[in-house]
Amino acid sequence: MLLELEEVHVSYGPIAALRGISLTVEEGEIVTLIGANGAGKSTTLNTVSGLLHPRSGRIRFRGAEIQRLSPQEVVARGITQVPEGRRVFAEMSVEENLLLGAYQRRDGAGVQRDLAAVYERFPVLYERRRQSAGTLSGGEQQMLAIGRALMARPTLLLMDEPSMGLSPILVQQVFEIIRQINAQGTTILLVEQNAHMALKVAHRGYVLETGRIALEGAAAELTASEQVRSAYLGGA
Amino acid sequence: MTAILQQIVNGLSLGSIYALIALGYTMVYGIIKLINFAHGDIYMVGAYVAFFAVTLLSMNLGVALLLAMLAAALTGVLIERIAYRPLRNAPRIAALITAIGVSFILENGGILVLKPDPRAFPDPIRWRQIRLMGGSLVLSTQDLFIVGVTVAMMLLLVYFVQRTRTGRAMRAVAYDMQAAALMGVDVNRTIAVTFAVGSALAAVAGVLVGLYYNRIDPLMGLVPGLKAFIAAVLGGIGSIPGAMLGGYLLGVIEALVGGTQFSLFRDAVSFALLILILLVRPAGLLGRNVREKV
Ligand SMILES: Nc1ncnc2c1ncn2[C@@H]1O[C@H](COP(=O)(O)OP(=O)(O)OP(=O)(O)O)[C@@H](O)[C@H]1O
Ligand SMILES: [Mg+2]
Repeated sequence: MLLELEEVHVSYGPIAALRGISLTVEEGEIVTLIGANGAGKSTTLNTVSGLLHPRSGRIRFRGAEIQRLSPQEVVARGITQVPEGRRVFAEMSVEENLLLGAYQRRDGAGVQRDLAAVYERFPVLYERRRQSAGTLSGGEQQMLAIGRALMARPTLLLMDEPSMGLSPILVQQVFEIIRQINAQGTTILLVEQNAHMALKVAHRGYVLETGRIALEGAAAELTASEQVRSAYLGGA
Repeated sequence: MTAILQQIVNGLSLGSIYALIALGYTMVYGIIKLINFAHGDIYMVGAYVAFFAVTLLSMNLGVALLLAMLAAALTGVLIERIAYRPLRNAPRIAALITAIGVSFILENGGILVLKPDPRAFPDPIRWRQIRLMGGSLVLSTQDLFIVGVTVAMMLLLVYFVQRTRTGRAMRAVAYDMQAAALMGVDVNRTIAVTFAVGSALAAVAGVLVGLYYNRIDPLMGLVPGLKAFIAAVLGGIGSIPGAMLGGYLLGVIEALVGGTQFSLFRDAVSFALLILILLVRPAGLLGRNVREKV
């Protein structure tokens, strides 16, 4: 088991956002976390990333508890996040954004190799490497946010609604990229509102409802489930 | 015409001092959105450390300057650690009031420990006057020295902020602290470095002003601190080039007004001008409409 959340409770002051979440991610999987607005998806990822700390419960990564670690310690363990809304550093160049993704790495040659690999994966980023990130289109910014997270060479990649606000063609492209990244050996925990696409790419999934896991199972099972179809797949 | 040129030249030294202090204000504001009102007093600390290094320890000026920068950096980092970090997520007014409190502590502590009387800052260098344009324009080698040291510091700073890994982290934290943390940046350390660098620059200003006026006292940070803050706002708070521009602009304006019959109202005129500029450009000359910290 790569990542394990056990009865995790998180609150914002008096407001309980997660009320005892348990989930697991196995090495090599794509696991998706779907749910409506405000269900607690981003809260879950931010808690794993160390931006938030649980009031109770445990988070284990490769068997070691990480729920008290700071964000930079979590990155050091091999978990990086592509945050909701991309959060690129708009005033810095594309290349500087990518280098920030590699902030903790000291292997200069390896960083240069990975930079080249990101440029190969996203040629548009290479063309615009000297441009400030704020001038990129929404889709390009999403590519940058993904490339930036890959620069850390993560074992586990947390992705928060990477398809948000993108055109249908770009959404296809983003999911294809997710599949490729996973095929190359990175485990992914994917938060999505686009349940349809997410369940197509994922191996397993969890449905989050107001801070609780309402349903879990293999992606195909969830796709077939009546409950998921009516609530998240827009079908009857 | 040469009279005006002369005033501009006269304003450059003071402008350098304002600019160096303004940089610390703007860097700290840029990264944690706090007006560090104790910053002017750090400049005083720098001046005194250099003073004692030269008078008591008979160090040469260069070594004294480095020591002053180091001591000021340490002071800035300690203040951040003790007074500001615990309030990072508190309402901003709490941090602001704390900053004013820290300023009082440094000033009154300074009066207590260092004695309120001004001291003569030793000036080991024999400065010369250079006469240009047939003697109508007088330039002191001291002015050249002050401007030269300041510009050198600015170039170092720009290199640091734009070209180094830590500088990049600083800009990232200033823009979006959470996103920077998600990149694995050590936010606390980066903020501490920002305080250290800003405070070291203030110490340089403190030493230069000691050479310029030959006297220092525990409250010396009060007025220049305020003016440098204004210079930072004038240039666009949060902007490093803005602080440089604002500092020199304020220095030159003061010198120009000082050369007229309004010289007694020097400060009032400068402030009025500042208000005018801010009415036209509320974000300052080089400021962007900064993202408010959420
Ligand atoms: N900073 C905060 N302060 C207070 N409450 C918050 C904060 N962030 C989130 N919440 C609350 O916590 C709950 C979960 O929010 P979260 O952002 O995790 O939802 P989400 O599933 O990611 O939603 P979305 O799909 O809209 O991104 C919501 O009720 C939200 O209002
Ligand atoms: Mg969310």
